[in-house]
Amino acid sequence: MFGKLSWDVIPYHDPIIMVVVAGMAVIIAGLVAWITYKKNWGYLWKEWITSVDHKKLGIMYFLVALVMLIRGFADALMMRSQQAAMALGSPEGYLPPEHYDQIFTAHGVIMIFFVAMPMVIGLMNLVVPLQIGARDVAYPFLNNLSFWLFASGVILINVSLFLGEFAKTGWLAYAPLSGIDYSPGVGVDYWIWALQISGIGTTLTGINFFVTILKMRTKGMTLFRMPIFTWTSFCANILIIASFPILTATIAMLTLDRYLGTNFFTNDLGGNQMMYVNLIWAWGHPEVYILILPAFGVFSEVIATYSRKRLFGYHTMVWATMAISFLAFIVWLHHFFTMGSGANVNAFFGIATMIIAIPTGVKIFNWLFTMYRGRLEFTSPVLWTLGFIITFTLGGMTGVMLAVPAANFVLHNTLFVIAHFHNVIIGGVVFGMLAGLTYWFPKAFGFKLDEKWGKRSFWCWIVGFFTAFSPLYVLSFYGAVRRMQSYDNPEYHVWMLIAWVGAVIIMLGIVCTVIQFVVSYRNREQLRDVTGDPWDGRTLEWSTSSPAPFYNFAHLPEVKSIDTFWEMKQAGEFETSKPPYKDIHMPKYTAAGPIISLFATILGFALVWHIWWLAIVGALGVFVSFLARIFNDDVDYYVPASEVERIERAHHERLTEYSKQHDVRGNVGTMGAQS
Amino acid sequence: MATSMPERSRRMRIKNLIFFKALPLLILPLLLSGCSMALMDPKGEVGSEIKSLIITAFWLMMIVVIPVIVMTFLFAWRYRNTNYKAKYTPNWAHSNVIEAIVWFVPLVIIAFLAIITWQTSHSLNPNVPIDAEEGTEPMEIDVVALDWKWLFIYPDLGIASVNEVAFPVDTPVQFNITSGTVMNAFMIPRLGSQLYAMAGMDNELYLIANEEGIYPGRSTNFSGAGFSEMIFAAQATSQEGFEAWVEKVRQSSETLSFEQGYEELAAPSVGHPVEYFSNVPAELYDNIVMSFKNGTAVQPGHSGGHGGHGGGHAAEQDEHGEGHDVAMSAEVAE
Repeated sequence: MFGKLSWDVIPYHDPIIMVVVAGMAVIIAGLVAWITYKKNWGYLWKEWITSVDHKKLGIMYFLVALVMLIRGFADALMMRSQQAAMALGSPEGYLPPEHYDQIFTAHGVIMIFFVAMPMVIGLMNLVVPLQIGARDVAYPFLNNLSFWLFASGVILINVSLFLGEFAKTGWLAYAPLSGIDYSPGVGVDYWIWALQISGIGTTLTGINFFVTILKMRTKGMTLFRMPIFTWTSFCANILIIASFPILTATIAMLTLDRYLGTNFFTNDLGGNQMMYVNLIWAWGHPEVYILILPAFGVFSEVIATYSRKRLFGYHTMVWATMAISFLAFIVWLHHFFTMGSGANVNAFFGIATMIIAIPTGVKIFNWLFTMYRGRLEFTSPVLWTLGFIITFTLGGMTGVMLAVPAANFVLHNTLFVIAHFHNVIIGGVVFGMLAGLTYWFPKAFGFKLDEKWGKRSFWCWIVGFFTAFSPLYVLSFYGAVRRMQSYDNPEYHVWMLIAWVGAVIIMLGIVCTVIQFVVSYRNREQLRDVTGDPWDGRTLEWSTSSPAPFYNFAHLPEVKSIDTFWEMKQAGEFETSKPPYKDIHMPKYTAAGPIISLFATILGFALVWHIWWLAIVGALGVFVSFLARIFNDDVDYYVPASEVERIERAHHERLTEYSKQHDVRGNVGTMGAQS
Repeated sequence: MATSMPERSRRMRIKNLIFFKALPLLILPLLLSGCSMALMDPKGEVGSEIKSLIITAFWLMMIVVIPVIVMTFLFAWRYRNTNYKAKYTPNWAHSNVIEAIVWFVPLVIIAFLAIITWQTSHSLNPNVPIDAEEGTEPMEIDVVALDWKWLFIYPDLGIASVNEVAFPVDTPVQFNITSGTVMNAFMIPRLGSQLYAMAGMDNELYLIANEEGIYPGRSTNFSGAGFSEMIFAAQATSQEGFEAWVEKVRQSSETLSFEQGYEELAAPSVGHPVEYFSNVPAELYDNIVMSFKNGTAVQPGHSGGHGGHGGGHAAEQDEHGEGHDVAMSAEVAE
């Protein structure tokens, strides 16, 4: 009746898990009680869960990402503590391999799929349609569906914490270890279904934004007038479309191996584990560029805005981004030079990898020359950017070292690799997303984030990062490898302790961010962004109010140059939207996304536990609710001009009030351009 | 009280600057000195060449890395918004000269590095035999990764050992590497390169030790619960020492062949003790490699060491909580 599911699968014997589960249960119960008490369920359902508004979806992506960041970070802290425990005289630490192996797998999976990806996709959601002067994405329903499919993956991976186990294979679940012979438990199945379901969501997002950017740009916005963040997002989405199907197919083959006894990746009967490793990295390498390219876009926007200067070498930036995107697909083999492919193959992939350093280096110089002869304001996004340039340059350097096959033969699988990719992912993606969060926060919520706590967070992160990961570089030269539950080498001890201290400092950085949200919310009136253009911005998203109205722009703007909004302000041409207004065509909110995803979650859960009747229920549910959506023609409506006028007028009144109070020169329209 | 506020904050900023600039300098001496660091104090030719390759690559990239870091601080500080003395050109966004330089310099460095990469990819490819003094024949040792231990077979001597391997110094060793289980990687950090061990595949790795000593070796590719303790000792000995070691192995009463003893040995065990086998057919290695092609492979997890069935933690503990003892009690070394 319940497949493999029984009361025994709850890990009662593990106090750590049980405490975490109890804590999560209390928090969830508290949230549910609070929402019920406040009678907010209807509001949540109508305004958020069923929303197709790209800005709200962006916020929800970010919210989930931040929650998962805390879980992924807890895993990191546990790993660092385990390895530090050996330095404190406990030869086996406090985590048995059984548990430790799940933790490093979960850490990797969560941080990449459920923290970094949703942050990047969340930011694209929030910003791209505004930057290109669109009212929403090309396929608003798909956008909502993408989010809920992603949420479905999040739910499955969290359920694995207290029902059964998670994979003990490493985040990429290399076959044949992840095959049924060597991993008979449900852990890998959780991995499969969490990634498969959320991965489909990601593919849909890629298609959605690809079409949005190509087809929904406002009048006059040629490709080479697109803001750089839109450009980098565009390339990231091309990478998503080209690479995520590889992941889907690879996982599907592993699924067949596990469920139907096929032999794609098994040791015997003609299975080929090398094919698995090739395929997973043919997706995996573009994946890291999917994460980093939008972060590059954020830094470009931030550095230009706060330098009060045009981005240096816009065209070069675009071409460099395209070059990186192309090269992303021909370097996957550098993740396994030690497979023994032969000298020519290794050399080819090594050199192809190094070539990526050229366009990336050019980008770094372009950011530097954007600051050059600018007027750089040291806001927290700028600190993140400066921290990024240094951290990422060092990470890029170690990346090139790893790309030399002969050097890779001693560095591969050691902590050098761990230090390297945290060097680029923390220094690049995390810093970029936190910079982007701070930069665009007012556009989402109408008030700015507190700077003091933002800067404190930055200092904790950067000091913590170098304290935590420099020792790993050192350790790698002692021959310390990744994924060790225990080790017996006293030389490691002091470095492991330093690394632990670093992890604690990073934790303080996360705490600072949380405090930052609380403080900013409390002081939201002082931090209010009335003008919609708090940073004297350069691109279209700053031309509308903060938070942006749900239709984004009362009149679709017309673009004449790259930094179009900034130039309009300079020329005194920009005026906030004036009557007469027209009816605005908008998509209707829909319950289809959450319902389809609910059934997808049920399907995934049932397949994990081999509960076949429930799997049929889930699959039918997905199919029927999808059909229902397809045959529903009532998907759009018109916002009457009078409603637009009401909203715009309220914004204008606030502007007038604000300019009276603050004695700003000039008319309300050019408020941003004070200097 | 002596220092005013702005002065203090300036000093703090300078402190931050020093912290950042010092970083590469802090890491550098560690890279170069580190007498006890396996990779920086290699004991064989392959390791030595890789060491100098790493250092060359490091310094080559410093040509770009150092200017970038210096420029970051310099530009950020000079063009801070409170410094009205600095030039401000809000519309300047293009310079052919600068763009040419920023493409050209990384291009030249990478071109240089690419040449080194091409050469070393060939010269240091794991399956390239090592030149030794005349008359020194390379020694062949077959390596089999098992759950979670290493089996070393000496096909020419008809002996084998577990979790200990010995070879004479200054003699090139040809390791033939395969796996009887999931993917692992074979590595002796002091001697140089690692290589994957994969079931049904035969990978060749040439290493040499130029100094006597006992060097730790291990699997570097995660392979399951016993991975952390999948370690072995590599003994680089004198010729006499090696002969004595062989003699010691030959004293063992244990023998091993694919039909007899291999299945028990292949059963999962953690922290397996060193074992010697005095009589081992030369074709054992081939049997293991081919077993994955001809259907004779030892079925994985037959004693259940690779994680539980049914997925529950509790279930697993009940069935075989004492993974450590599973195989250790089955065969005792000495």
